[in-house]
Parts: sequence; C-alpha cells; structure tokens
Amino acid sequence: MSSTPSTPTTPSTSSTRKGVRGSTLSFWIFTGPFLVGLVVFVYIPIGWSAWLSFFEARYTVTPDKFIGFDNYKLMLTNGDFTGSLVTFTVFAAIIVPVTWALSLGLALMVHRLRFMKAFFRSVFFLPTACSFVAASLIWKMSVFSGVRFGMMNTVLGWFGVENIAWLADPNPPWYWLVIVTVRLWLQAGFYMILFLAALQNIPPVLYEAAAIDGARPGWQTFRHITLPQLRATSTAVILLLLVAAYQAFDEFFNLLAKTTWGRPPLVELYYTALGDDQDYGAGSAGAVILTLLICMVTLLQGRFLGFGKGEDAR
Amino acid sequence: MTTVVPTRRRGRRGVLGSAGLYFATAVCALLFLVPFYLIVRNALSTDAEITGENWQWFPSTVQWGNVTELFDDPTVPFGRSLGNSAVVGILHTVGTLLVCSLAGYGLARIPYRHANKIFYAVLVTLMVPAAVTFVPSFVLVSSLGWVSSMQGLIVPGLFSGFTCFLFRQYFLGFPKELEEAARVDGLGYWGAYWRIVVPNSLNFFAAIATITFISGWNAFLWPLVIGQDQEAWTVQVALSSYMTNQTVNFHLIFMATAVSILPLVLVFLFLQRWLVQGVAQTGIKG
Repeated sequence: MSSTPSTPTTPSTSSTRKGVRGSTLSFWIFTGPFLVGLVVFVYIPIGWSAWLSFFEARYTVTPDKFIGFDNYKLMLTNGDFTGSLVTFTVFAAIIVPVTWALSLGLALMVHRLRFMKAFFRSVFFLPTACSFVAASLIWKMSVFSGVRFGMMNTVLGWFGVENIAWLADPNPPWYWLVIVTVRLWLQAGFYMILFLAALQNIPPVLYEAAAIDGARPGWQTFRHITLPQLRATSTAVILLLLVAAYQAFDEFFNLLAKTTWGRPPLVELYYTALGDDQDYGAGSAGAVILTLLICMVTLLQGRFLGFGKGEDAR
Repeated sequence: MTTVVPTRRRGRRGVLGSAGLYFATAVCALLFLVPFYLIVRNALSTDAEITGENWQWFPSTVQWGNVTELFDDPTVPFGRSLGNSAVVGILHTVGTLLVCSLAGYGLARIPYRHANKIFYAVLVTLMVPAAVTFVPSFVLVSSLGWVSSMQGLIVPGLFSGFTCFLFRQYFLGFPKELEEAARVDGLGYWGAYWRIVVPNSLNFFAAIATITFISGWNAFLWPLVIGQDQEAWTVQVALSSYMTNQTVNFHLIFMATAVSILPLVLVFLFLQRWLVQGVAQTGIKG
C-alpha cells in the first residue's frame, strides 16, 4: 500500500485524505511510547542476551572473551539444565490434564445450579486472588507441613498413618502432590470462568434436538453436544495451561527452597545466572534455548490447533 | 421458553439428582475454602495453639495483637514492603493502561503505511513470555543502574504486547460512527480519543485494570530478581523470605499472609463484575 491519495481500494474523499496526511504524526504520538519501551525492554534484552550467550560472561555483562557455542554446549550437557526440562515435562503432563478436567467439572456443576450459582462461582474463583507465594506458604507451613501439626499429617494421624515428610524427602516423591495441588487450587477457578462463559454460549436448541433424537441427558449429551461445543475453549485452556506451566517458578522456588530436586527450567536458570556463579553467559544461553523452545511450541500449536479455527467454531 | 426443557424432565430422580449436585458442589467449595480458613485460624492464634498436641479448630482467644506485632517485627520490613507493593501495583496498572491503550488505539484506528509491519513486531513478542527472558531483562536493568529501585520494579513491565493486543482488538470493534461524529466537530485523533473513545470504554478499561493490578500485586520472579535490598522488597518477596528464615513464628507468618491477601480479596468482592469480564477477555484471546 502506498500513501499516495489515488489508491483505488480506499474511497478518497477530501476529508479522509486530509486525515491520512496528518495521521503519520498522530500514529507515532499514540504508539511511540509503547514501541520505544518494547524495543528497549523486550527486543534489546533478547538481542543482548543472544550476544552474551557467545561470550564467557561471569560477574559481568560486558564481556570480551568470545567462546562460540561453548555456553550452549555447557547448558545442553549440563545434567541440571536438561533435568529441569524433564521436570517441566513431567509437571506439564500432570498439571495440564488435571486442571483441565477439574475446571471443566467445576464449570459443569456451577452451570447446572439454579440458585446460589453466583456464590459458588465466587468461592471457586476466590483462590485466584492469592499469589503463588502466599499459597506456597500455606501449603508448606500448614497444609503439607512435614511435622505432626501439619493439616494433612493431622488428618492422616486420625487414621493412624505415620507423619509424612511431604517436601523434605524426594523418595517417594510426595513433593509432586504438593506442587500439583497448590497450582490446581490457584488456577482451577480461573479456567472454570472460561468454561462457564463457553457453556452459556451453547445454544439450548442443540440440547432440545438431542433430546428429541433420544439422547439421554448425562453422559450421552455431554459426549456428543457439550464437549464438541467446548472444543475451541478447551484448546485455548490447554494452551494457556501449557504456557503457564512452562513459566512455573514461584511455587517451585518457595516450596522446594534449598533442595536439589524438582527444579523446572526457570528456577534452574535463576540459580545459574543469579546464584553464586553469576554466570550470565550460560544463563543467557539457557534463556535463548528456552525462548526458542517456546517459540517452536507456539508456532506448532498455531499450525495444528489453530486459533483461527477456534474462532470460527465460536 | 428454552428453560422449560430441562425442568420438564425433573421427576423424583431430578430432585435427588439436584440434591446430589448441591452436595457435591458444597463439598468442593469447602475444600477450596480450607486454605483460607487455615490462614485466618493461624493468623489469630498463638504459636502454642498452632503447634499444640491436639488440633485446635479455633483460637481460644482471638489474638488481634498479632497485627501490631507483625508491623513492629524488625527482622522483616513488612510495612515497608506493603507500601512498595501498593506503589508498584498502582503505577504498574496506570502506566500499563496508558501506554498500551494508546498504542492499541493507534494500531487499530490511525492509518499509517507501516502499521501492519509494526503490529507484527508486537505480535512476535507474544510468543515469548516475559518470565522466560528474565535473565536478559535483568542484564539490561542492572546496566541502567535500576536494581533495587522503584523504576526497576515498574518500568520494564509496562510494555506488555499482550495488553496492547487486547486494546487493539477492542478498539477495532468500537463503533466508528462515534469517532466520526467527533471528527466532524473538529476534534483530532487525540481529542476524539480522550473525549469520546475513553469515556465510552470505561468498562473495558476497568476489566483490564483489575487483571493488571492483580498480576502486578502477585508478581514474584521479577521483584525477587530486582529487590536485592530489603528496602525494595515487595510484599511477595517479604512473604517468601519468611519461608527461609531461621526462626519460624507461625502466627506472624500467617498474619503477614492474611494482610498480603486482604487487598485482593477486597478487589474480588467489590470488583468481581469487571474481574470476570477481564478474565473472559484475556483468557479467550490468550
């Protein structure tokens, strides 16, 4: 498109032409502050860190010793970093389907309520107000505290079960139960809201038609009407959950402080770059690897699942 | 008319089914409320009651003194961190809304030759969550000398590609006629934006503001990285420090948790309408 007034696609009355002429300046006044910030605080850091990743940069961010791909080799052969990717994979494999199922289940229940609907919706949504730090604190200090007066140990004690060291002992890995439940509690209500909105948009005509066709209410209508109608939302929820799991940091950092197990990528990166070594070169290489991985995931999901498709269905 | 269909089938089974439904929902709701109960119970008990031999459901006397003890505790500057969080939360919200809504409007409504290319440059940043690039961001912010400072906590977070994208989508759907009327009255883009577009979009702004404030208040990774001095701690960093402290004062820790959650619970109770809207907006497009 050119800025010459005689473009055939746009109707060029004198008033719009005038608007277009003055609009370049307006455009920059509106978008300028944001774009400058975006370049300075998003593009430059990523570029800088790509540059740093090829240097030996310990305790400094203006290094001069070029070492090629050594930082990448270091990270990819480093058992801790690759192990953190495994931790993420395990975590995602559990948390994504479980949160999906629970939030959908809650939405189906709340959707069917005829009175006190708003109350129950609020109750399930309320944990979203908590931060991961606050929730981790409750989980670590009270619910899954490894000592006798921890809530779970108290309840188990009523049935004569010995105290369990939920977080302090990786064998058996009870810490996964703690990690998963804390995120489940915090997030389920958020995704329930998304499912509730989607449930409200299903035309009731579909259920009437299904009833006429002899589908029994319950599993049959759920399987053949509700679930397909929620496809777009389900896809979106799964992707959101996946991206959120990839960025998991707060609860791992707080619940498993001072332990060597259960470190997802961001926690590992935190200790690499901001721990005792302050190895910004290796930390940057790790950040670049993680960035490339998430870009790949985003592009793949766009290709295979397609937000465009989802929007048509809605 | 449409509501008749499900109710018609309700016989005795329907009544039983709906009792079961309410029972199941109530059990789930109780489970969801347990952590809140624990916060309140522990915050208002003494340590002896919390760690006692037998489980105590409620403190024998409510310890309101825990509140003042929390703010007088010299080891963790809790009051200061609460103030920091309030400043950060408010400036983060106002700044993000201002910068991102202007950009969103520019991208949606003001014709410019390269607008599409610029929009793609914004979209690309959506692929990379800010948390993933915290090391590079820290490198930049530290070389600006912004570690342990308010601007270091606030400014890097203002330029959210996602929020800009949400505003652009919203403004694309804003009725053009209103703006054209403003144009006829002699207002430029700037005047039309502030006098017509913003006043007619307050619902949307409120929804995004609520979501932005909550995420700012609850943010942890970036404040942890930047807040190297106690002076610059936000409330989340202070909370986290309790968990690694040598001495454990259960009643103080839980009082701190309660105080840190209280503002957001109030937001939830009073702004829930916008919050639900905001979640629906941000979630679906996510």
